[in-house]
Amino acid sequence: MSLRLDAESAAMLGPGADLRISRILGRVFIYGCLIILAAAFLAPLISMLFTSLKSMDEIRSGNILSFPQAITFEAWQHVWGSACIGVTCGGLKGYFGNSFLIVVPATLLSVGFGALNGYIFANWRFKGDNILFGLILFGCFIPLQIVLIPMAGLLGQLKLAGTIPGLVLVHVVYGICFTTMFFRNYFVTVPAEIFKAARIDGAGFWAVFLRILLPISWPIVMVSIIWQFTGVWNDFLFGVSFAAGSSQPVTVALNNLVNTSTGTKAYNEDMAAAMIAALPTIIIYVAAGRYFLRGLMAGAVKG
Amino acid sequence: MANLAINHINKRFGSLTVLKDINIAIEDGEFLVLVGPSGCGKSTLLSIIAGLDDHTSGSITIDGKSVQGLEPKERDIAMVFQSYALYPAMTVEQNIGFSLEMSKMPKSERLERVGKVADLLQIRHLLKRRPGQLSGGQRQRVAMGRALVREPKIFLFDEPLSNLDAKLRVEMRTEIKKLHQRLGATIVYVTHDQIEAMTMATRIAVMKDGILQQFGTPEDIYDRPANVFVATFMGSPPMNLLPAVVVDGSQNLSIRGADAILPLPSLAAAGVTEGKEVLLGLRPEWLSLASADTTNPTLDVYVEVVEPTGPDIFVASKSGERDIMARLPTGSQIRVGEKARFSVDLSKAVLFDAETGAAI
Repeated sequence: MSLRLDAESAAMLGPGADLRISRILGRVFIYGCLIILAAAFLAPLISMLFTSLKSMDEIRSGNILSFPQAITFEAWQHVWGSACIGVTCGGLKGYFGNSFLIVVPATLLSVGFGALNGYIFANWRFKGDNILFGLILFGCFIPLQIVLIPMAGLLGQLKLAGTIPGLVLVHVVYGICFTTMFFRNYFVTVPAEIFKAARIDGAGFWAVFLRILLPISWPIVMVSIIWQFTGVWNDFLFGVSFAAGSSQPVTVALNNLVNTSTGTKAYNEDMAAAMIAALPTIIIYVAAGRYFLRGLMAGAVKG
Repeated sequence: MANLAINHINKRFGSLTVLKDINIAIEDGEFLVLVGPSGCGKSTLLSIIAGLDDHTSGSITIDGKSVQGLEPKERDIAMVFQSYALYPAMTVEQNIGFSLEMSKMPKSERLERVGKVADLLQIRHLLKRRPGQLSGGQRQRVAMGRALVREPKIFLFDEPLSNLDAKLRVEMRTEIKKLHQRLGATIVYVTHDQIEAMTMATRIAVMKDGILQQFGTPEDIYDRPANVFVATFMGSPPMNLLPAVVVDGSQNLSIRGADAILPLPSLAAAGVTEGKEVLLGLRPEWLSLASADTTNPTLDVYVEVVEPTGPDIFVASKSGERDIMARLPTGSQIRVGEKARFSVDLSKAVLFDAETGAAI
């Protein structure tokens, strides 16, 4: 009935109404697709969150996607403060702290060195500069697994094996390839005349970098920080290879926690632990993701 | 303020010669314009003077002292770039004061100097803004301010007006010239625009393919071009070039393909012999409509196109198969598709060797 009415009113309104209806249908289709896709991507996260807030009894009896009946933070408290990982029972908090002790210096150092390298490669000519840049680029394509054994040997010689500074060093060395590329490609889009003008004005190596270029490179600084932060935070392979016992990052501890639990699997605790391990990168993306996109496009639109 | 000498400058990239044996010297307070088509090496020469680029051989002296091996900042020069090259993250005040800050001038003195320059350029109200908030003309002024504040020995300008619209360009042209007269500064100015060159320069260096074609005052360049390239590059519309042969015992020129005989210009009479192939150079304004009783030599033409420009009309015509451009005062009785008789003022006419293109 209503359909017929619609058709009638459409006929009364003339051809313009037909167009409007088809436009509305198009909108419905687009939003429908978007909602379905968003749901598909969000479902695992929601399921993790809900499960982590349920008691084991509720998990056994209920649906994996159902909203928790009685919200409890017991699982979160337990994995944070007192869950047994290996032989110690101090929860994730120490390892979470380790991850910060690794990720903050590793990110700052690799971004700092990358900015400096990128500036040199973009603005200063020296013998063999192109070859050196090529080699650094090549570093971006070396699979992590290949460097494990030589890196272990190097850390041993430096007496840094199994320590947090050792892991920081590994991440800085590996990250510099990427940050150097980011900054170099950003700085080459800055007009060369600005660099020349600064040299004529008497600015030296550091003054050009710190006063002229760095203040206009925040988009690429944000990109590099997000890239390095998430990369280092989420790293498992280097962590499991080069860190020992109490210096392990949270990703390794999470693995140990999930694998060492005996008896019944405590799904709520596993999910809570995974959420804790993933939280910093999620927060970084939500807080700074728009800078990430803007920074990635910055070079493209300037021409 | 200082004099500048460019001595036998050569610049090569591998086998490619960018600059070939350039020799130019100017006195204190002169306005030198380097002009030529793109790729002629004028900007490279400016970069070499600034110390931003190396040269292969030769030397540059400022105030009689060689600047070989000196960093740009040690040469006591200031430069204005085509793209202005303002520092995006700094305010106008910081932009202008940056060079003084780098030379560790105390802040109070620095601000005073910046303020003085801002007043001179009428940009005081813009001092707290950033380059992104300025219009093209304002950025241009800030770029000039950055150069002026240093009170350097020599100012270098690299096509500073190319990015401005036509009206602003003419305004800034006058303003730069005013500044030059007021400060008595020594200026080297690069442009591809021959009108800028003619209007601003006290000396012009015309370049092509890395070779200095002619160096002289604007009058020299315009009235006595050294070769065919300079003759046609400088001046708009360009000089007419008519192929001719010397006849009648070196008395007359027979214009090829035009069935016209003109007397040999007295300026060139000594340098030619009977039968020599030459090019006769006539500026469009040296032609006028012949009155009945004219004593000047005349040229009969067929009028093809008439272009009124306001003060003048440009007449594109043909004499036989030769194109002839004339510049007549507005109101001249001339009609498209009809014949006309031009009176030719040969007192300034130039002759070029048809083979080498060099002036005779």
